[in-house]
Amino acid sequence: MSFINLKEKVVQVKIVYYGPGRCGKTTNLEYVNRKFRDQIQSEMVSLKTHGDRTLFFDFLPFDMGQIKGYDIKIQLYTVPGQVKYNATRKLVLKGVDGVVFVADAMAKQREKNIRSLNQLHENLLAYKESIFKLPLVIQYNKVDLKDHGVPILPTAVLRKDLNSRLKVPDFEASAITGYNVAATLKKIISSTVVSIQKKLL
Amino acid sequence: MNYGIVSQEQLEQIDTILSSKLIKLGVDCVIIIDMAGNIITVKDNSESKYDVYSFAALAAGNFATVDAMAKLVGEAEFSLLFHKGQDSNIHFSKIDDELLLISMFGKDISLGFLRLNVVEAIEQIRKVWEGNKD
Repeated sequence: MSFINLKEKVVQVKIVYYGPGRCGKTTNLEYVNRKFRDQIQSEMVSLKTHGDRTLFFDFLPFDMGQIKGYDIKIQLYTVPGQVKYNATRKLVLKGVDGVVFVADAMAKQREKNIRSLNQLHENLLAYKESIFKLPLVIQYNKVDLKDHGVPILPTAVLRKDLNSRLKVPDFEASAITGYNVAATLKKIISSTVVSIQKKLL
Repeated sequence: MNYGIVSQEQLEQIDTILSSKLIKLGVDCVIIIDMAGNIITVKDNSESKYDVYSFAALAAGNFATVDAMAKLVGEAEFSLLFHKGQDSNIHFSKIDDELLLISMFGKDISLGFLRLNVVEAIEQIRKVWEGNKD
């Protein structure tokens, strides 16, 4: 539920980065935080364990400028990826407007990606949202590992596993180097804003 | 998907309640948020500058966590929370299932007095908010 303030003319949009543990959700936000530092007024908030794993969520708000006189405030969240934290993932998904599903392209993570996507589907159903209707972008992260000799799945396989039914926009990316991080973000912002506009008309 | 849209008139009424019940009392900053972490409105004494957007996200998370803890010990909810610091304090109180009122205040205000005023403010806000659902 994005919140629209008619008095101040502000729309708050909630975008959640979702995906299996260690797939690079926080790394995506960290890159955005560094790259677009000038447009971001506040500090990124990270609630993590001593081992640098996300415990609750990361939070990064920034202003996107105006659409039809309304200030658009984008709020990026990540969820904790570890399997045991599903209750927390569900909490973070409350009121979500758009989701980036970050998949781990490493061959050994194949099954975890599929499980995580299935769980996203279930968690959204708990809020009466459908994964087929909510704005969604899939990112196949860590494609840079190929150059380091780590076995990764070809994009065609990842696409077949994760995006054959959803048919949403998808990107190969490398959150650590920044490759396609901004492209993913731009795509989810535009899909989400369009979807909010449609709902309001 | 439901979109939370509040009319300008309702927001002004809520702002007036917050000003007269809490800011006038000496509260530094009052925020109303929803449980998804969105800010509904902010009122402050124009001296304090907080990063209210991050605050709202953390407060919603905090409240959701406490809510889950309540369920674990067999309570339906813990409807209020209070954090005490050296110079500033934070008081959280549930308005309804969706809304939370957060007051940040210094050491000059007694907690009891604040709570009385929060209760009155919440009653008035509920009336305005319920008009929104009709």
